[in-house]
Amino acid sequence: MATETDRAAVQGLGEYKYGFSQAEDYVFKSRKGLSREVVQEISWMKGEPEWMLKFRLKAYDHFVKRPMPTWGGDLSKLDFDDIYYYIKPSDKPTTSWDDVPDDIKRTFDRLGVPEAERKFLAGSGAQYESEVVYHNIQESLSKQGVIFLSSDDGLKQHPDIFKKYFATVVPPTDNKFAALNSAVWSGGSFLYVPEGVHVELPLQAYFRVNAQSMGQFERTLIICEKGSYVHYIEGCTAPIYSSDSFHSGVIEIVVKEGARMRYTTIQNWSTNMYNLVTQRSVVYRDGMMEWVDANLGSKLTMKYPSVYMMEPGARGEILSIAFAGKGQHQDAGGKVVHVAPHTRSKITSKSISKDGGRASYRGLLKVYKGAEGSQSHVQCDALLLDEKSRTDTYPYIEVDEDKVTIGHEATVSKIGDEQLFYLMSRGLGEVDARTMVVSGFIEPFVKELPMEYAVEMNRLIQLQMEGSVG
Amino acid sequence: MAETLEIRDLHASVEDKEILKGVTLTIRQGEIHALMGPNGSGKSTLAYALTGHPKYTITQGEVIYKNKNILELPADERSKMGLFLAFQYPVSVPGVSVANFLRTAINARRKSEGNGNGKPISIPEFRKLLRDKMKALNVDEAFAGRYLNDGFSGGEKKRVEILQMAILEPQMAILDETDSGLDIDALRSVSDGVNKLAGPNMGILLITHYQRLLDYIKPQYVHVLLSGRIVESAGPELALELEQKGYDFIRVKHGETPTGKD
Repeated sequence: MATETDRAAVQGLGEYKYGFSQAEDYVFKSRKGLSREVVQEISWMKGEPEWMLKFRLKAYDHFVKRPMPTWGGDLSKLDFDDIYYYIKPSDKPTTSWDDVPDDIKRTFDRLGVPEAERKFLAGSGAQYESEVVYHNIQESLSKQGVIFLSSDDGLKQHPDIFKKYFATVVPPTDNKFAALNSAVWSGGSFLYVPEGVHVELPLQAYFRVNAQSMGQFERTLIICEKGSYVHYIEGCTAPIYSSDSFHSGVIEIVVKEGARMRYTTIQNWSTNMYNLVTQRSVVYRDGMMEWVDANLGSKLTMKYPSVYMMEPGARGEILSIAFAGKGQHQDAGGKVVHVAPHTRSKITSKSISKDGGRASYRGLLKVYKGAEGSQSHVQCDALLLDEKSRTDTYPYIEVDEDKVTIGHEATVSKIGDEQLFYLMSRGLGEVDARTMVVSGFIEPFVKELPMEYAVEMNRLIQLQMEGSVG
Repeated sequence: MAETLEIRDLHASVEDKEILKGVTLTIRQGEIHALMGPNGSGKSTLAYALTGHPKYTITQGEVIYKNKNILELPADERSKMGLFLAFQYPVSVPGVSVANFLRTAINARRKSEGNGNGKPISIPEFRKLLRDKMKALNVDEAFAGRYLNDGFSGGEKKRVEILQMAILEPQMAILDETDSGLDIDALRSVSDGVNKLAGPNMGILLITHYQRLLDYIKPQYVHVLLSGRIVESAGPELALELEQKGYDFIRVKHGETPTGKD
């Protein structure tokens, strides 16, 4: 069996002489389970530089050693050996359209998702790429000097920038799943916005080729240089059906002086999915980071978008909604960490629980000593739609500085009888009336979405309320 | 054909306490009836019982409207039949704009017309309708985008109730103490609104504690509710008599103890 040095030599040779295509000829059997060997093969298949292979292996070692978290959701049924950690795109099994569950198909109908897109989302069609859209957007971006590629391509084509920032925001030792992602990451976006550039159009993964944004272990890296602005949107409201049962992504964002970044996620994974994501940003002087996070699907989501305010004037805002229906547990929220003085943050969390679902807010508000003049406000509102459902709040507040202004408010409510009667007395049926109250409840969130998403979001809530989804 | 709301021997309780003890009243389309009475007589209970509030239990009686006993129907069905209640305390629905709410209400009605196939109102058509009605009722256009009753003053809430009435065009409207909490100007403006909507196509039941409102909205009939029953029915002159003598004269007349207060 080839030793590690031999492998590396072959890899280097292939890359130099034939490019990536050489690796395609190698007979790689996609198989389940994880080992050092699998990690090596992933790196080799991708034709990565030495440092990345070393990085992956070190992360793997840490993953193995690190115990499972004992807090959050129930991970006891997660079987690490029953997962494909890498599949060659050509090997990827395409689901037959017939195998896609009926309720997913119905949702596509109700949401008006076009035919080609449906098949893509259901994993049963060829890659959906809107060629024309893609080309036009890429042209306008490159004129501005914006780099927007898949992470694999980012590493290849811009190794210096990539290496400078990669894993600086989320080190592999951060948590067990960050370690896993660091070992086996594949796909995700690499976005670099040069100094002073404002990207007017919200960017989505669809706009770049190799749109493997739905990859299980995607790794996204976004760098906003001084004074820049960009809005990135991930996901969509149509349910993503995947035979994969586990999604563990890492998103790292660097917001430099005076820059502004907004990252919007709308997650609606099918309800067999474990969705464990580490999302973190570091913000420098007068920079601003906004996380807009919607968690609608999955069996269990554990996700806490974070903002680390490193220099004075840095600001962070997290707007999160979670919808937990039958059999679902959304454990979400955010973290704001005030390292420097005169920093400001705001967390607004809204959750809805229905049919026995469980929505938990978990958040950290941390203020270091010396971060004087900082302000932070956390507001978490929960709506319980019936007696079966559950909501929890786990706020962690660690403030080590006196000269700061901190606020935390939490409310739990149900749909009031008077509200319901008032709406019904105007001719709305009971389901429509309840839906209206719920729409009103999430309105502060929906207001922040681009129009098409807002419309889809409202329609999706309507479906959830009618009980025809999941 | 004039539609009639026939209330026959209505008994209603809340939390096992009987409030309405046999109310009988007939309101024809095109008529304006005033219902007066001291606090606790059951005025709001009657309004809620007629429109289907779940908290109130009907223990006896019927309410016939368009050949149906509407007590058997849920609140939304009654609304679609043409019944409307202007609330004494309108409920706020945060996050839902007045425009959005009204359009949804219109579409709910349209959906049940045409055997469940009614088409929703188009946005341009709705915008025009809303603008016209708001103008006619002197309601500031800015209210269209504000969240329903959220942070509205008392007068603003009542005005928006009347706006809803204008948009939904009911045939039988119950106005529950629409004058409470209003100053003279607001009272005048709300009354103007009601008078513009009143006419041969609408029956109105005006529930009020004070005679004052009746200077602006003139009823053909005035009834007095006392301890859950209608004890007096007459023309508008009854309201004037009440204003002069207070409710005690009614109490004494019907064998109750005067309170000396109203």
